[in-house]
Amino acid sequence: MHRHSPEEPIRVLLVDRTPGRAALLQQALSDAGYQVVAKLTGEVNLVFEVSRVQPDVIIIDLESPDRDTLEQMREISRHQPRPVVMFADDEDSQTIESAIRAGVSAYVVDDLASTRVRPLLDVAIARFREYQALREELAKAKNSLAERKQIDRAKGLLMQRKGYSEEEAYQALRKLAMDSNKRIGEVAQSLLTAAEVLI
Amino acid sequence: MHDLEKSQLTLGFIPLTDCAPLVVAKERGLFAKYGLEVTLSKETSWANIRDKLAIGILDGAQLLAPMPLAMSLGVGPVHKPMVTAMVLSLGGNAITVSDTLYQEMQRIAAATLEAKPHSSDALRAVIDQRRREYDRPLTFATVFPTSTHNYELRYWLAASGIDPDRDLQLMVIPPPQMPSALARGEIDGYCVGEPWNGVCVAEGICHTLVTKYQLWNNSPEKVLGVTEEWAEQNPNTHQALIMALLEACRWLDQPDNRHQVAELVASSRYVNAPLKAVRNSLTGVLQRHPQGPVEEQPEFNLFFRNAANFPWRSHAVWFLTQMVRWGQLGHPVDFHGVAGRVFRPDLYRTAAAALGLDAPHEDYKREGEHHAAHGVSGSHGPIGLGSDRFIDGATFDPFNPLRYIESQLPHKEPRFTDNVVSLPRRD
Repeated sequence: MHRHSPEEPIRVLLVDRTPGRAALLQQALSDAGYQVVAKLTGEVNLVFEVSRVQPDVIIIDLESPDRDTLEQMREISRHQPRPVVMFADDEDSQTIESAIRAGVSAYVVDDLASTRVRPLLDVAIARFREYQALREELAKAKNSLAERKQIDRAKGLLMQRKGYSEEEAYQALRKLAMDSNKRIGEVAQSLLTAAEVLI
Repeated sequence: MHDLEKSQLTLGFIPLTDCAPLVVAKERGLFAKYGLEVTLSKETSWANIRDKLAIGILDGAQLLAPMPLAMSLGVGPVHKPMVTAMVLSLGGNAITVSDTLYQEMQRIAAATLEAKPHSSDALRAVIDQRRREYDRPLTFATVFPTSTHNYELRYWLAASGIDPDRDLQLMVIPPPQMPSALARGEIDGYCVGEPWNGVCVAEGICHTLVTKYQLWNNSPEKVLGVTEEWAEQNPNTHQALIMALLEACRWLDQPDNRHQVAELVASSRYVNAPLKAVRNSLTGVLQRHPQGPVEEQPEFNLFFRNAANFPWRSHAVWFLTQMVRWGQLGHPVDFHGVAGRVFRPDLYRTAAAALGLDAPHEDYKREGEHHAAHGVSGSHGPIGLGSDRFIDGATFDPFNPLRYIESQLPHKEPRFTDNVVSLPRRD
């Protein structure tokens, strides 16, 4: 009773409230030969969408509240021609665990062989991790920019109060950092905080 | 106090009024008092909580009372032995219908609705009428397949002979989306925890027909869930966690304290809902429809009184009967074996005793027989319990679950074979 021949592309429905990540994953899935039949990024009636687009697999962002709706769809197969189950055979529990840790989950139509789904899920896991890494890098870049601004302000303060040249101010901060075993940004931060308190 | 095996914990919760015990334990320093540094992780779905617990991202979580049983038995996609040693709340849910449906009930069955406003009899008249006219079937929503809400809604419907699987459509919608789904006409009614009934009534688009208390007085709602593996590896930490939460529940028993904490519970960090709806549900102020009177229902949510936190194994057996009744468990189960391993009054008694609190001697009680407050024996004398009446007056003997299932109509026929579903063997 397998509706799927191995030649047919697997039809994927993406549910992800983060549009950037959804686009990244859509591209990766298309490149790998999957057919992304719909991409949902907002609040929608998921029951309606699933019966409309008839996906073989639903890839869903773990933080989407719609997960509970999908959980129940396997129970209402009397009303819904598209029963879905979470892909969680014991042999694949490692894959599922990696998926959950990466922040993604999958629901699979009953008649799709699990061996065909694992590589798909691997693509999703990789993209979710990649996106997470990108975000962390961005946050780090923002932090270091903020830190540089603080160092500049601390230098300005020293130049104004102590009559240091810019180079002298920087060397003073560096020495302070080395003596206290802290990063120069941290020293600048505490200097500025202290100055605020004293003024 | 014994040494803690682990002091930094992450606990999951779903933003609903009855997450209050976790909020209080955290914000009033009760976790800290027992040496625990707890991060509360707001989760968007019960499926997330279940999966994160199963793989150890969460140490513990607020669970719907049937969930540890379902997870232990593999009802649903996760099969992981679970333990609960403490109930966090009783009551707290209600069944609400759209204003449009309520008017239809008035039009078709005015006398019935007047005489029995809390029963589903008037709804049944609407369903029968719609069937005669080939009108579309009604759609109701709950929050999760193995939820108290699912069993409560089904129980209420079936009490007037409505077959929830044949006579209407049931679906699952995340609680905060229920009022908007109702407003858009995608669903006609739902069973959900507060504040999502009160929020809808405040918007003037629905009527609350019946509360969880009315469906089954003093019945369990949320529990503290951990995996069996975690409980075995962290026995002292588990005790500390139960003690902190018991203290939080005792604090919440005072009405003044509930008023005090409502703002914090309603804040964006926790429930993120209108303060009035959260405060009303937390303090037992119920308004069933926009023009209706304001009712005082102090027993709407219970966190401590009536031995609320005791994990009765009879409650576990009752949830198992409902899983069989509605076809989620195809085979009869080893009811008492499962109840005994998942619901752990023994662990509760240890924590309670350390706080100087008494606990019931028995693990099981008959349900539905007590229509008023009554007592059971504890170590230091009688312990006061509330009524345990079901809305249809039925009674439940936890030692005869199969006969109970047979007496409930409708029910799915369990396949009676020797193949008794049980828990995975311990190594």
